[in-house]
Amino acid sequence: MRFMVIVKASKESEAGVFPDEKILSEMGKYNEELVKAGVMLAADGLHPSSKGARVRFEGGKRTVIDGPFSETKELIAGFWLWQVKSKEEAVEWLKRAPFDGGTEVELRQVFEPEDFGANLTPEMERLRARLEAKR
Amino acid sequence: MKLTTTTVLTTSNTHRAVEAVWRIESARLIAGLARVVRDVGLAEELAQDALVVALERWPESGVPDNPGAWLLAAARRRAIDLLRARTLHGRKHEELGRELEALERAVPDFDSALDDEVGDDLLRLVFTACHPLLSKEARVALTLCLLGGLTTDEIARAFLVPEQTVAQRIVRAKRTLAEARVPFEVPRVAELAARLSSVLEVVYLIFNEGYTVTAGSDWVRPALCEEALRLGRILAELAPREPEVHGLAALMEIQASRLHARVGASGEPVLLLDQNRARWDWLLVRRGLDALHRAESLGGPLGPYALQAAIAACHARARTAEETDWPRIVALYDALAELSPSPVVELNRAVAVSMAFGPEAGLELVDELTDEPALKNYHLLPSVRGDLLFKLGRLEEARAEFERAASLTRNARERQLLLARAAACTAGRS
Repeated sequence: MRFMVIVKASKESEAGVFPDEKILSEMGKYNEELVKAGVMLAADGLHPSSKGARVRFEGGKRTVIDGPFSETKELIAGFWLWQVKSKEEAVEWLKRAPFDGGTEVELRQVFEPEDFGANLTPEMERLRARLEAKR
Repeated sequence: MKLTTTTVLTTSNTHRAVEAVWRIESARLIAGLARVVRDVGLAEELAQDALVVALERWPESGVPDNPGAWLLAAARRRAIDLLRARTLHGRKHEELGRELEALERAVPDFDSALDDEVGDDLLRLVFTACHPLLSKEARVALTLCLLGGLTTDEIARAFLVPEQTVAQRIVRAKRTLAEARVPFEVPRVAELAARLSSVLEVVYLIFNEGYTVTAGSDWVRPALCEEALRLGRILAELAPREPEVHGLAALMEIQASRLHARVGASGEPVLLLDQNRARWDWLLVRRGLDALHRAESLGGPLGPYALQAAIAACHARARTAEETDWPRIVALYDALAELSPSPVVELNRAVAVSMAFGPEAGLELVDELTDEPALKNYHLLPSVRGDLLFKLGRLEEARAEFERAASLTRNARERQLLLARAAACTAGRS
């Protein structure tokens, strides 16, 4: 299963202030560990919202609103995509990240095609496999 | 920095947390122990013993801040206990105890410079698990066990064999390695290519079992592909200067990108050229193309995996089936046929030729393969022949070939597909 790990924005990230060298170095090593473990699928940082925009949808009307956006709490600054076997594995990996200062980082499972339609849930898949093995 | 985790730790969610830690830490734990005790079987036993202690203690104490170090310490204590009464390979237990202590001190944090040591140990473990002394099934089981951290039950379910069978395979494999006194090392340069080839073969075998399931009623088993992908990605970082390692990673990433498109709404197989490319995982395609680039950047002629990856990349770069660069694929198959000739490669080449130059040209090549002993029971030979005959309007012959192919495949869904094609010959339409 895949998890998106979402790093929220801060006053610093919105101001385009780069984290100091020590943190960058630690984050670099952390990302390396994720790659070496075969867990890392993607990792990207986002430019401050001053470089972004929003589009508002109302019926047939489209309104474009340029950044920056003042509600820092609503903004994200970066994300990872991880391939893991369980939510617990994602949590364990995230615990090892070099964040500090009360930062909260969120992880969310990514929808995958199996989650839709008539396909089997992982639980049913396991049951089916178990039954098959008994044949 | 000392970490504390504050969550409500019930026994069951601690168990899941322990499983997660095991998945992250077990391979390097076993590898480090194996270097010291020089026996992968014993190393795994010690690691498993540590796991048992973790399952007992962590529900109460919580998951420790450095779980890898905790497990290693537990394994070391267990090793000391075991070795107190005897010597191992003629070495006194004090000496082993000292080495284990050194190992424990060397456990890397993320800012340690000893990551190379861990990498080397993991490589040693990879080569040992894939040792040519072992049968293919044994190598697969041992690799999934020691490197993948899978239980015998999980491995058994993945390959639809009884758990006892897998357990025995693993026990026998460890015994074979111990009795032959296989050293825990990375092979010498002279043997490296062949040994690496064995490793890649194991990983790709696991992938293929998930990608094109040989028996049973499923067409694909994504979990197995994910395991193989993970192993391939790990290998790419352990041996970054080996082009074929990146070649294999590239091949698996690109093939995996099609996993969801390969299965239709009711679980029926969908062939490559009929797949909805919007359902391809373009993140994996990107990763595959990047891995292929890494292989190519290392210079030298492309090896068999890189060539296969390059072929897969041709498909990945075509936005629709019609835009496929078939002549390029033919050229790549020409190179592959020269490098690692096999009747299967010839068959695939024939398909590419038929797409590039017409079914008549392809059929000529396929007809040369009809007497190939290696393809005698290979269902894809009559399947391809049937397809070409169908395209040439030779429907009666095509039907016979599809029926023959259906009788040869062990995959139920594929059989359905082939019988449908046979029926379509009678109806005179596809």
